[in-house]
Amino acid sequence: MAAPTPISRKPLSFVLPTAGGIGAFLGLFLGTGNGSGLIGMLLGAAVIAAMAYGFIVDLQNEKLAKWISVIGFGIVGYMFGGIILTIVAGLVGMFYHWLIYWLYEGRYRAKLLPYLTAGQVLWHYGFRCIAALIFIFLITPILVIIPLSFNAQDFFTYTPGMLRLDPDAYSLKHYQDFFTNNEWQRSLKNSLTIAPIATVISVSLGTLAAVGLSQSHMPFKGTIMAILISPMIVPLIISATGMFFFYSQLGQFMENSLGMDKNLVGYIKVILAHAVLGIPFVIITVTATLVGFDQSLTRAAANMGANPMTTFFRIQMPLILPGVISGGLFAFITSFDEVVVVLFIGSAGQKTLPWQMFTGLREQISPTILAVATILVIVSIGLLTVVELLRRRSERLRGMSPA
Amino acid sequence: MSDSTANGLVLAADGTPLKRSLSRAMRRQKIRAFMLVAPLLIFVLLTFIYPIGVMLSRSVQNDIVPETLPETVRVLGAWDASSGELPDEAVYAAFTRDMSVAIEAKKHTRLGSRLNYEKTGFSSMFRQSGRKMKKLDPVADAPFKEKLIKIHKGWGDVETWKTLQTYSGLYTSGYFLNAVDARMTPEGMAWQPEDKQILLKLFGRTLVMSLIITGSCILLGYPIAWLLANVSPRNANLLLILVLLPFWTSLLVRTSAWKVMLQQNGVINEVLVWIGLVPDGDRLILINNEFGTIVAMTHILLPFMILPMYSVMQTIPPVYLRAAKSMGATNWTAFWRVYFPQSIPGIGAGSILVFILSIGYYITPEIVGGTKGVFISNRIAYHISSSLNWGLAAALGTILLIVVLALYWAYDRIVGIDNVKLG
Amino acid sequence: MTLTKLLTATTALTLVAGVAAAEEMTIVSWGGAYTASQKGAYHDPYSEKTGVTIINDDSSAEAVAKLRAMSEAGNVTWDVVDVVAADAIRLCDEGLALEIDADTMLADAPDGTKASEDFGDLLVSDCFIPQIVYSTTFGYRTDLVGDTAPTTVCAVFDTEAYPGKRSLEKRPINNMEWALLCDGVAKDAVYDVLATEEGQQQALDKLATIKDDVIWWSAGADTPQLLADGEVVMGSTYNGRLFAAIEEQKLPVAMLWDAQVFDLDGWIIPAGLSEERQARALDYIMFATDTQRLADQAQYISYGPARKSSAPLVGKHKTLGIDMAPHMPTDPNNAKNTFLYNYEFWADYRDDIDAKFQAWLAK
Repeated sequence: MAAPTPISRKPLSFVLPTAGGIGAFLGLFLGTGNGSGLIGMLLGAAVIAAMAYGFIVDLQNEKLAKWISVIGFGIVGYMFGGIILTIVAGLVGMFYHWLIYWLYEGRYRAKLLPYLTAGQVLWHYGFRCIAALIFIFLITPILVIIPLSFNAQDFFTYTPGMLRLDPDAYSLKHYQDFFTNNEWQRSLKNSLTIAPIATVISVSLGTLAAVGLSQSHMPFKGTIMAILISPMIVPLIISATGMFFFYSQLGQFMENSLGMDKNLVGYIKVILAHAVLGIPFVIITVTATLVGFDQSLTRAAANMGANPMTTFFRIQMPLILPGVISGGLFAFITSFDEVVVVLFIGSAGQKTLPWQMFTGLREQISPTILAVATILVIVSIGLLTVVELLRRRSERLRGMSPA
Repeated sequence: MSDSTANGLVLAADGTPLKRSLSRAMRRQKIRAFMLVAPLLIFVLLTFIYPIGVMLSRSVQNDIVPETLPETVRVLGAWDASSGELPDEAVYAAFTRDMSVAIEAKKHTRLGSRLNYEKTGFSSMFRQSGRKMKKLDPVADAPFKEKLIKIHKGWGDVETWKTLQTYSGLYTSGYFLNAVDARMTPEGMAWQPEDKQILLKLFGRTLVMSLIITGSCILLGYPIAWLLANVSPRNANLLLILVLLPFWTSLLVRTSAWKVMLQQNGVINEVLVWIGLVPDGDRLILINNEFGTIVAMTHILLPFMILPMYSVMQTIPPVYLRAAKSMGATNWTAFWRVYFPQSIPGIGAGSILVFILSIGYYITPEIVGGTKGVFISNRIAYHISSSLNWGLAAALGTILLIVVLALYWAYDRIVGIDNVKLG
Repeated sequence: MTLTKLLTATTALTLVAGVAAAEEMTIVSWGGAYTASQKGAYHDPYSEKTGVTIINDDSSAEAVAKLRAMSEAGNVTWDVVDVVAADAIRLCDEGLALEIDADTMLADAPDGTKASEDFGDLLVSDCFIPQIVYSTTFGYRTDLVGDTAPTTVCAVFDTEAYPGKRSLEKRPINNMEWALLCDGVAKDAVYDVLATEEGQQQALDKLATIKDDVIWWSAGADTPQLLADGEVVMGSTYNGRLFAAIEEQKLPVAMLWDAQVFDLDGWIIPAGLSEERQARALDYIMFATDTQRLADQAQYISYGPARKSSAPLVGKHKTLGIDMAPHMPTDPNNAKNTFLYNYEFWADYRDDIDAKFQAWLAK
């Protein structure tokens, strides 16, 4: 990182128009709603520019200015609407206060390289705004369903009561349903049984195959790769019906000839089917890690008397571990989120969470699905944190410093 | 040069010629590499490729007709369909004999539903005739022509026998023709009537929509991937969580979430009305059309674009850009001529991934697609689970698979499958 | 729980399951409230009486495809399957379902009426044992339709009097009939007209007048959700869903009982079961479709029992305590103008008209 760029205060002739311009943006929204966008824009620009002038020239106290703008905006919000509008307006006030001082003090330059031109600085922040919008696009749908999971009604609808923040409109009953209903609990258990075992199978077979595939002497590499990736590219509904026949026959064989328990056979069928679907992800991630793998390390190990097993587990494995883990996570999610194949191959005893959700969406609307999703989001955040920690650990192992 | 070159050959330490020793070592390595791959290869071949192959082979199978009506098919072969006259008694007698066996084995209705795909009405004709023909004795009650026509007037229609003759082979191209909005008629291949032409249109729409989805994923994914690759690793990993979180949320939940977002009383419209951008009476129609499908699918598939792009961009040294600029390139030139070409493999990997996945999706289009956002996979699912026309489903699936494989091949040619990296 | 304990428990469970396997049967149904109603009315009493454990499999939506695949693979794992009548006909045509002789395999009514007479014309297929009569009908938002509530099904096609969106199922069945009916075709001529190319075109043309105002649904839960959101002013769905939305969720929704289409849902027994399993399945069917059991199901869900003799026995809702008879699609007040789904016609024409309908939708 470059040394911090020295910052300096900017002239009013820069601060006022810029702040006013961004104020006009807010005015445009409010103005369009109340008849004229143009008047709104002008008013917005004028208000924010006046605020900037007042704060910088007259008040000259940043802390006090912050309170003035938050409370001022809040009051205006309160006059127009309820509590939510007050909070939103307060946040808007906080933003404009921050913006004015950010511009005035030149803080926007602090973290950038000193030689950048004004255009490049503008682009830098413009680009970040665009990226922020895309992130909002990515994350909003997830955030939107979280409040709905507390809906007191049985629909995916924001009721008027919820918007008023009326406590009666919220309830934990869908969470209660999830934790007490046998169907949900059983399907959760099934998912938690099937997904890890399927993952272990796809990861172990997939890693071995990826190691083989990455060797330069591998014959028919392209064809084999295409075959191993194919579960990802065949439309799922075709895979599901095709595999159904195979697994029915396999199941019959295992039950009648091997005398295995029906329920156990059911699990084996779903697990094997999910393992196949997860394999492409493992192959892809592990081969990608192996592309950067220095083969002279294995030769060095062999030179020093390590047998192939030792070499694999002591030398190769720790280094390709991140690829193996992320492949495993993809495989896990594939199984954990898979509905089409399990619908065909599974029977009652193997009903998984997505299957139960699918029935829920089709047969009876129930925000229990959203409660489950909320819980799963929290669990995923936990899992991602673990992955992140693992990744940092592996980087330390590789001796790679965070560049 | 010592003794190792005694007879002109380079020898290894144990005295065998080096060439042979090397090739043996090479072969051993090949075998070892293959042994590593073998378990998985056998597993995938057995539990995936073989069953899928069997499934897809249904697209040409037609053995149900010659197997259920063996004698009829043989006798009918001699009938001249273009004469415009009904076949003679021999055909009817053979048909009655075949049917009495089929009715006994309860196979006649199955044949009826098979032939109903080709000509509407066969299903009830076989079902109703079956009930009445049960009472006929295939020997004593001859002749049959009049009796059969009395049982169901369909047997007195030349078209019935023409259809039966057309579809009497063990294999048929009928399903594939149906899959491209054509059909086999006694006179040869013909297009379906215009008001039944839908599948080619759906293929086209699936491809166009998948391209648009891929395109919007590139547009939205590129800046994010660039940002991830160009901020400090710690921040990058934090931002990566924002990318992965939706990726890990159930597909069903995300699709429902988009329903909540996009409908007319949904979150987006409510917010737009609330801040006044949109008048209350004139809310935007964002769902149950192409737009809804594109938005929801772009959201669902975006991580598949970002991750490969990000892994490629990570390998592009930032100094290249600075070098280009220091040599006088403008920002745009430096990006377009130096950075962008190096990031193309990432775009390629992401695009192929997104495109292949979006071509096969059907749950999301079904839920948010309305009438104009439906894909060919929806029809495949319909024919598999509702209409039981698996031959047609298999034909559609085969065509889809060929398209995907062609793309995969092109991708492997252009970028190389090794270059895909997911996280 | 320690690992050893867990392992012991699992092993014990597996052993128990292994021993009990002979006394198990898998019954396939739709899941959700419907399976719950069957559990209350049939499964629990049956298990209590015979000691047979019943496993519910919510696969009815895929039943036809799965049964066909199972039968081809020679490994049918289901004992009794709940399907709509149209699917039962399909399965029967495919030879995938057991043919049932109503008089010998089903219970007589309490007054000694033979089962075949008690079910009457509802025995629409040789393999099908009817269970409930449901109807696909319209619900409307009472607060969004203005002062005059709709009284006929043609209100759906009247966007002037009832502006706003309406939801219809994304398939030709029912919609084509309604369209013709509201285009002036007499009720008993509907299927004759629909069998012709012109008639199909006429129906599609009528639907085209409201095409822009329709949200097409594909899952039964969609219309209640759309009504709850105010996305549509009226929409077709199964009457039981509307009952739940009105009486349990207290939505401002009312039901339109006009030209609703009666359809049947019931049992089939897969063909090719072992003798022992088939005997058990038949025993279950005999028990579960007698007069009293069918009436009992109506305590849980507002679908009408398929036997004539069950109608007088319909009582109050189990939890809400309201009288269920007036909510039955079979109630004389509700059934003034009804359609019976024409199974024969749709078995023949479904694929043909569906292709046209999909092509029309995509236009």
